[in-house]
This record gives sequence, structure tokens and C-alpha cells, in this order.
Amino acid sequence: MALSTGRAAGTASDPAAGGDARGRRHRGERGRLRGSLHRHWYAWAMVTPVLVVMAVLIGWPLVRGVYLSLTDATEANIGRTIGVNVIPSSYEFVGFDNYVEILTSDVFWDKLLWTVVWTVVCVGCHYGIGLGLAMMLNRKLRFRSLYRVLLILPWAVPAFVAAFIWRYLYNSDYGVINGMLRAVGLAGVGWLDDPTTAKLAVIAVNVWIGVPFMMIAVLGGLQSIPKELYEAAEVDGATPWQRFAQITLPGLRQVSSTVILLGTIWTFNMFPIIFLVTRGGPGSETEILVTYAFREAFTGVRDYSGSAAWGVIILGLLVVLALAYRRTLRRQGEVW
Amino acid sequence: MRRALPAAAVVAALALAVSACGGGSETAAPAPAQSAADPSQISGEITWWDTTRPDSEGPTFQALIKQFEAAYPKIKVKYVNVPSDQAQNQFQTAAQAGTGAPDVIRSEVAWTSQFASLGYLQPLDGTRALDQQDDFLPGPLSSTKFQDKTYAVPQVTDTLALIYNKRLLKEAGHEEAPKTVAELKQVALDVKAKTGVNGLALNVDSYFLLPFIYGEGGDLLDVAGKKIVVDSPANVKAVETVADLISSGAAPKPATTDSYANAMTALKDGKAAMIYNGPWALSEIHQGKEFADKSNLGIAPVPAGSVKAGAPTGGWNLAIYAGSKNLDASYEFVRFMSTVEAQGKIAKELGLLPTRTSAYSTPEVQGNADVSVFKPIMDTAVPRPWIPEGGQLFQPLLEGYQALVSGQSEPAELLKKVDEQYHGIMKGWS
Repeated sequence: MALSTGRAAGTASDPAAGGDARGRRHRGERGRLRGSLHRHWYAWAMVTPVLVVMAVLIGWPLVRGVYLSLTDATEANIGRTIGVNVIPSSYEFVGFDNYVEILTSDVFWDKLLWTVVWTVVCVGCHYGIGLGLAMMLNRKLRFRSLYRVLLILPWAVPAFVAAFIWRYLYNSDYGVINGMLRAVGLAGVGWLDDPTTAKLAVIAVNVWIGVPFMMIAVLGGLQSIPKELYEAAEVDGATPWQRFAQITLPGLRQVSSTVILLGTIWTFNMFPIIFLVTRGGPGSETEILVTYAFREAFTGVRDYSGSAAWGVIILGLLVVLALAYRRTLRRQGEVW
Repeated sequence: MRRALPAAAVVAALALAVSACGGGSETAAPAPAQSAADPSQISGEITWWDTTRPDSEGPTFQALIKQFEAAYPKIKVKYVNVPSDQAQNQFQTAAQAGTGAPDVIRSEVAWTSQFASLGYLQPLDGTRALDQQDDFLPGPLSSTKFQDKTYAVPQVTDTLALIYNKRLLKEAGHEEAPKTVAELKQVALDVKAKTGVNGLALNVDSYFLLPFIYGEGGDLLDVAGKKIVVDSPANVKAVETVADLISSGAAPKPATTDSYANAMTALKDGKAAMIYNGPWALSEIHQGKEFADKSNLGIAPVPAGSVKAGAPTGGWNLAIYAGSKNLDASYEFVRFMSTVEAQGKIAKELGLLPTRTSAYSTPEVQGNADVSVFKPIMDTAVPRPWIPEGGQLFQPLLEGYQALVSGQSEPAELLKKVDEQYHGIMKGWS
């Protein structure tokens, strides 16, 4: 809580504080906070509702989740009274047992490996294809706005609709893809029935859905690169590749670093695609960490503590990833 | 708790009323009995979560609700159709949260004990919801009990059968449906050889593996002995049988995604001659182009394994949420929906099997050909263990079945893996 209060106060008061921030720098942290409260009570009052909502919607569930992950709570032993049925609370604090159990199980490392592969391949394709399309669309060509609209369509389709369409396309007996294969005399492929093809299939769906966002973001970045740089480079005799590597990529770095981090977090937690296209099958081969945690939580008698522990572990992985990423960027001189 | 007090009084009052007229064994504390004096004067609004197919089955149930509201003018029933694959999860969420749960839910037989163990269901012993319990078929009735209390009323029952296309079997030279798994393989191969379409379409699903397991005398659990018996020689043989059906070409390699829908489409379009399925599928199958002539549809008991012919008992119960604000009205509704007349209407219009013995002798039920065909098949139905963990047993077996179909695993190996996972679910079992 303290952290988020501090940060929110900072963003709220900084623009208003403006020039006199320098004069107050010598004062202690506490004095500054009090001063800020005194001077900017209005800003604080504006921020408070957001803070309260955040605390209720994010803070409390997070704290509760972490707490549950340290217990053996399930749907059966959390106390409740429903009509005539009174069930006493009988769950206990078990420390890190849930974490130990998960981290020592093969299934966790299997799922983690596949989740990492899935994330790297998906984000790599998102960024690579998105960059390529953005480069093409950044040139003057006829029907450019039409192409842009068409290319952004996958993003506009709700993920679950897209997932069901793809699932139908992949159907081994009646799907369109196998229909086309058979039409040219090839044997149909059980796309979602074999672990390898199922993995390729879900990656393809996610790439299809994720490319437009990357494309638009990169296109925005491309348009902010001054044209003069290219002209100057051309005058100096730089090859197209040199122009790309020396001007375009550095010019995009700021946009790229943000969208790649975002894309990584989104893909890492891309629940609907996996859940709706393969349901984690065949077996549990295409299950990523979040879908597995969901299944742990929602089959049969719900295991609140175990799934909370999965959730905390996933959160921890992403926090570590974000911190490492930020550090790398900072080392490269990015202010981020 | 404050809400529970009047509810308890009402339960006691109803218990008194029932024991007074039925001479039942329930004892009840003396209570002001005015509320139960005239059931038709009970008032309130109740919500019912139905899980039937809204297009083909829903209208019949809505018509029944109209009749109920006519008989009980002060009760209003809100009909909500929840897809059967989501109802369990949604009910658990709503019941746990204490808001949004319906008063009455159509609960699958395997969910009932789970809901009851979690305290979500109202015990019905001694209430007006239960009427002539002796009349119910023993299999479905057993699914409503949990720890010696009754938590639901059986609504419909079902089991799996062999459903086949008579024309295709005839073209392959077989007048009768196969009676054993060996015959099944032969018939399927003959169909494939003589007509070119597939003989048998398998649905990769744990529930649909059970007839093969029961057929060899196997089972998943030995509840009495608290033992996990999934990794038994009988089950290995059962899974080998299935693997052989696929490898011999009697059944094409089934899709593991959308397996059920693909098998159904294959049968409906005449691309497969036989499938395993239950009475709930009949109204959909009749919509298929192969079965525009209803008499082309054959229904036979599941083929026997080396030990017996057996298929799992399925079906649906009506249960009442313990947190319902209108328990009295809910009792009346459940009572009304499980009368012989209501079951007769459901059987006549939808071909769903009644749970009351006496319903089978009514003309409506006897007039429905599908029901009369299924009745003897119900005799081969094997009741499943009604334990709260029952619903969790299918996922490991499904993963194993999928691994078998995709060639990732051998029968003995997959059952060993399922066995390990069961030990994680059934804590304290040997």
C-alpha cells in the first residue's frame, strides 16, 4: 500500500509542483509529504477514490490470494452458512507447503517450459511480422488505408469468437483446412489431436490475433522517425539494410521496448486462446501455466490454496521478468 | 442465520404435514402448521436453472412451468437455461458467493453428491419435494443420497447404448446389432468394406470409455473397500480393446477435439454406421438427414465385453439451493416436476427416460418408441460411485484416452499414470 500511495502522490503532485520542487529538495521525505498534503490537498482528494478502488479491486484480492496460498483452503473447508447448512471453517496455515509441492512437481516445469516457448515464439512472430507489415504500410501505396483496416481486423474480433472460428477451421473431419488439403489430394491432419501440431496450431492463432497490435504500435513509432535522417543517410550512400539497422531500429527502440514487454506479459497469460481452442489438450500438452492454474482451481471441489499458489508463482515470474527487462534497458541507456 | 430460523420452522411444519398424511417415519417438532395447510396458496418467485438443450428440449419444460403456474397461481417460476457444461461451475461460484444462485437447479447425477458435500443443497427428507420415494428406480435414487440424507429428486435417467444406422448395417449384411465387442469389430469392418463409410465413430471421452471397462468387469474405484482399482488387468484389457478397434480400422482414428460433435455429425450424415450415445442425443440425431425416416435408427444395448454388457448410469436430478429464499415454493416445484404426469410428458415429447417405475406403464411413455427401446437397456446400467470427488476422476482418464488415441501412450502405461493421479485426488484411499 505504502508504495502505491507514494507513487500515485508523486504523479499527481509533480506537474503541479513544477518549479518549486527544487526549493524543497533539502527537506526530509516526511516533511515533503506533509507539505505536499498541505499544498495539494485538492489533488490528494481527487486521487483518493482511485486509490480506494484500486485497494479494493487489486490490493485486497492480492493480499487474500497470497494468504490463501499459505493455507490448505479448498471449497470444502472454508466456513460458510447457507440456509440450514452450517459448515465450519477448518482450513489451516501450512506455510510454504503448496509452493514446495508445485515447484517440486514435474508438471510445473513441463508447463513452464512450454509457456516460455509459447511466449518467446509468439512474441517473436508478433514483433517480426508486425514490424514487417508496418514497414510496408509506412510507404506510400494505393489503398493504404484499406490495407490498414483489413490488417487490424483480427484485433477487432473478440478473442473468443476468433478462437471458435479457428477451432472450426482446424476440425480434423469437417474443418476447412483439412477440406482444402483433401481437395488437393493430401491426407487430412489431426491439427488439434497431436501435441506438436496442436502447439503449432495455437501459436498460429495467437500470432494471427496479436500481430495487428504490434503493427499499429510499430507503425506509430515509424512515423515519428524524422524523414531527414533517411534522406541524409541516402545522401551518405547507406544501403537499405544500413538504413534499417542504423535508423529504423534505434528509432523504434522506445516503442518496441514497451510493446515487447506488454506482449510478453499478455502472451504469458494468454488464457482464452489456449482454453478455447484446445482446452489444453490433447492430454494437457498445450496447457500453459495460467490455464493449468485455472483447471486446478475450477475442477471438482475447488482448490483455492493450490491455485492461489500457482497464481502467486506466475505473478512472481512476471515480476522478475519485468524487473530484469527494465534493468537491461536501463543499462542500454533507456530512461524507462 | 436469521433467515434460517423461519426456514427451519417451515421445514418442520412441512415435515409434520407430510408425516401426518403419509404416515412416514419422520418425526418433527410441533410447529405452527398454517403455512403448509394449502400448498396451492404458497407464494413467491423461484428461479430454475435448466440444463437441457434450449431449442429441442426447452419448450417442453417451459410448457410444464406454465402448467405449474396455473396450479400454483401465486408462484412465479423464472426459467433460465444454462448450458450443461457450464452449469456445475456457475452454480458452485454462485452458491459459494451467496448471490445469484438459483432456487432449483437441474443437477447431473454426479454433481449432486459434490454439491451436497459442500453444503449447497437443502436436505429434502420430510419435505413435500419428496413424494413416493419407493417408486423411483433404485439407480437414479441412489444418486440423490449423501451421508444418509436426500438432497435431490431424480428427474430423468439415462445410460449409453449402441445407436446405429439400420440401412448401413443391412447393406453390410447384418440384420442385428452386434452383441459383443468382437461382433462390433466385425460388423464395423464389414460396413467399412461393403459400404465404404466408417463402421464405428468413437467419442474420446472418459464417460464413453466406461462401457468397455464395465464390459471387462473393471471399474475405476472400489468404494466399499476404499480402493483405487483403475490400474487393473481388466481395465488394461478394456483399453486394449479400444486401441484395437482403432488400429484395426473398425473405427477411424477419432478426433480428440470436438470428438462428440464429430461422431454425432458422422452418424447423422451417414458417414459412420454406429456410435455410443444416450437418450439425450436422440432428438438431435433425428434431425440428421439419414434419420428423416425415424425407423432407420437402431438402438441396442452396448456390446458386451468378455464379462458382461454394462454402461454407466447417468441422468439428472432436481435439487434445491440451501440458501433459497422460497423453499416452500421450491419444494412444490420439484414435487410437481417429478410427478408421473410430468415425467410422462417429458418422455413422450423428448424421449428422456422417466425415473419413476410407474411412469413406464403409462400410455404416453409406452407410446414413445425410443423410451420403450431404452427401458430394457437401463437394466444393464451400472450405478457409478456417488462420491463428491466423482467429477474429478474423468479428467485424468480423458488425458490418458487422448494420449492413447494420438499414439503417445500404451494401455498399461496410461492406466498406471491415471492411477497415480487418482491417488492425488482420493486422499487416504489405497
